[in-house]
Amino acid sequence: MTPKRRRLTMVGLGLLMIAAATALALNAFEDTLVFFYSPTDLIDTKTNPKKQIRVGGLVEEKSLLKSNDGLSVSFTITDLDNSLPVIFKGALPDLFREGQGVVAEGYLVGGLFQAKHVLAKHDENYMPKEVADSLKKSGKWKGGNKQ
Amino acid sequence: MIAELGHYALVLALLIALVQTTVPLYGAAKNDFSLMGVAQPAATAQFIAIAIAFGALTHAYVTSDFSVINVAENSHSLKPLLYKISGVWGNHEGSMILWVLILALFGFAVAQFGIHLPPTLKARVLSVQASIGVAFLGFILLTSNPFLRLDPAPIDGRDLNPLLQDPGLAFHPPMLYLGYVGFSMAFSFAVAALIEGRVDPAWARWVRPWTLAAWIALTAGITLGSWWAYYELGWGGWWYWDPVENASFMPWLSGTALLHSAVVVEKRDALKSWTILLAILTFALSLMGTFLVRSGVLTSVHAFAVDPERGLYILAILVLFVGGALIMFALRAPSMKLGGLFQPISREGGLVMNNLLLSVATATVFIGTLYPLFLDATTGQKVSVGPPFFNATFVPVMIPLVLLMAIGPMLAWKRGDLSAAMSRLWFAVALSFGISIFVFWLHSDEPLTPVIGFALAGWLAGGTLKEFADRIALFRDQLSKSLSKARRLPRSAYGMTLAHLGLSIFICGAVADSAWRTEVVINAKERNTTSIAGFEAELETVDRLEGPNYHLERATVVIRKNGEYVTRVFPERRFYPVQQMPTTEAAIYTTFLADIYVSLGEGSKDQGWTLRLWYNPLIPWIWAGCLIMVLGGLISLSDRRLRIGAPFKRAHKKVKENGLLENA
Repeated sequence: MTPKRRRLTMVGLGLLMIAAATALALNAFEDTLVFFYSPTDLIDTKTNPKKQIRVGGLVEEKSLLKSNDGLSVSFTITDLDNSLPVIFKGALPDLFREGQGVVAEGYLVGGLFQAKHVLAKHDENYMPKEVADSLKKSGKWKGGNKQ
Repeated sequence: MIAELGHYALVLALLIALVQTTVPLYGAAKNDFSLMGVAQPAATAQFIAIAIAFGALTHAYVTSDFSVINVAENSHSLKPLLYKISGVWGNHEGSMILWVLILALFGFAVAQFGIHLPPTLKARVLSVQASIGVAFLGFILLTSNPFLRLDPAPIDGRDLNPLLQDPGLAFHPPMLYLGYVGFSMAFSFAVAALIEGRVDPAWARWVRPWTLAAWIALTAGITLGSWWAYYELGWGGWWYWDPVENASFMPWLSGTALLHSAVVVEKRDALKSWTILLAILTFALSLMGTFLVRSGVLTSVHAFAVDPERGLYILAILVLFVGGALIMFALRAPSMKLGGLFQPISREGGLVMNNLLLSVATATVFIGTLYPLFLDATTGQKVSVGPPFFNATFVPVMIPLVLLMAIGPMLAWKRGDLSAAMSRLWFAVALSFGISIFVFWLHSDEPLTPVIGFALAGWLAGGTLKEFADRIALFRDQLSKSLSKARRLPRSAYGMTLAHLGLSIFICGAVADSAWRTEVVINAKERNTTSIAGFEAELETVDRLEGPNYHLERATVVIRKNGEYVTRVFPERRFYPVQQMPTTEAAIYTTFLADIYVSLGEGSKDQGWTLRLWYNPLIPWIWAGCLIMVLGGLISLSDRRLRIGAPFKRAHKKVKENGLLENA
């Protein structure tokens, strides 16, 4: 093979691989992208109850309840316009508190959000970006400059 | 007073860096030796100035000088000394000082050890290195000055985020930065080579040890970070494909590719333009990592100080340096002399495949990390990309890579014999087959994915061991002859063997943990018992105690197997009053084959406590595999032929010798 043809083969091979990677990525996106909603979004958006989604907002004050066996909790996520009841089995993150920003990942089945994971931030001043944006959208943002 | 001294030293360092950027570059263009000679003392002076600034900040932390805003916001007088010191880089401003300190340290090292570097190359490398310094020193002084004063000074500080008060995280950032910033050396050499318009094996001999050193530090840094996340966050996992983790993983992937392609430049004088490009891209990914972490554009499970303005500045640095370097690459690369030829099936060909696959893997991580940003910017739709995406894209790219890792080292340079290599791989096939059968026998009722993972790990280990055995003619010659051959083997050969074995062990750990991890969550009162993976765990007591700067609840959990006492573990739940923040300190009982991981949640004596237990099989193999990779890197770095100050003039002769050795 001449050097030129060899180089062309290399470039071709590289392009082929990049194409393969893109195809893999696009294909994976279809099944694995997790969309984020605020409680208000969920009123007029239809979601598939079998597909994982994320919901974010503030944990409503005095909404946190613990089940009798002490393992499940229920609380309400609110963007101060609308709210959504959430149930979760497991240990809540250390920084989970009423009135603080939170993101829950799980399935929405018949108006009740069944969370698989609950994320709060390490830093208590920090609000998850999605939550801050959705609060800004609902006009209830009165946050400081930390975001 | 000392803080002002630090501030002054920082300004001084910026000015020195400006001189170091311009004067030697001009001198190299004019071939003026006295102007080029400025680079060396300037690099030394710049390093000393930044070291003084770093020392001044450390002094403020150790003496708890709360009149400095940075100290007041991130430290507390009651904090243990280790965390007072690690607090210096536990915040944004201080960590940027550490960044430029390491940057200057690398420049200083080139100035000191680069006696045999051609003078123009040395002047240009130091000049490029200093220009990065100018950008980041400017960034610190304009947006993130740690020496600003607070008046009146508060009585006490606001303390460091308790999650960061941990020995694992005390050493994680310096290690990670040594890796990130270490790739600046490869970048500076690449840009200097573009200015010179010349790349030869001697150039690669210079780039390789620096890249290797950076790779070792980055590997160690990522491992420490992952280990910290594992035991400190209390979630039982070790890798979440979180944007901040990916930010450090991308330069690691492309740095690994660079490490391998630099070998081809050194030994065969081929792949030169590609290696230059890879050096630029690796540093670009390091800069991007800094940008992603420091700007807060991504939502991450890890939290950092966030400031859009700072993010914009780093983005500008990124665009300027990477864009500039890439334009220069586009202009100069076509004129580079084409190097040694090789057949597709050869050691070079194998390393090209390695590079292609690693680049594709980097691309998949890149797409997954940045796609949410892209979608948010274009449509406003918010999404997150999690582990399922990376399992579906990254893992399929890794499989052929691991398959090739066993074959590649068996091919000769220039023209390899694939069928001969395959016939030597019977041991890899046997080991792979044996392990798969064993794993299948252990878990025959479960999905086959882990069996495939273990088959790959066995294949890699088998191929690597066979290659090493063949090199020293083990079992084909007398044992004494094999041993003396082993003694004469270059250390870089040991390094490769160890690093590849380390990856094999790591794969076992990662596969086993993702396939067979089990978790139990219970609400337990004192004397309650639960069972996990054949062990019984009993919550004996929960005591309230006081730590140096926190309160804590400490549980005593007895672990038994078939009623017989195994061990007692003590998971804690701490509360840091200054930051009003609780943390979970998991307790881990480890055997070589698995961890039992216990974490204590909220609760009380009457209601009981939430107790989470995990059984994590083979997770110690993840850390062991990474440590072996680091060890392999260190042994390779200590190779005489790679030594940083190795004589330059004999390079060409050595290349020939190496070629013969590798072919033998």
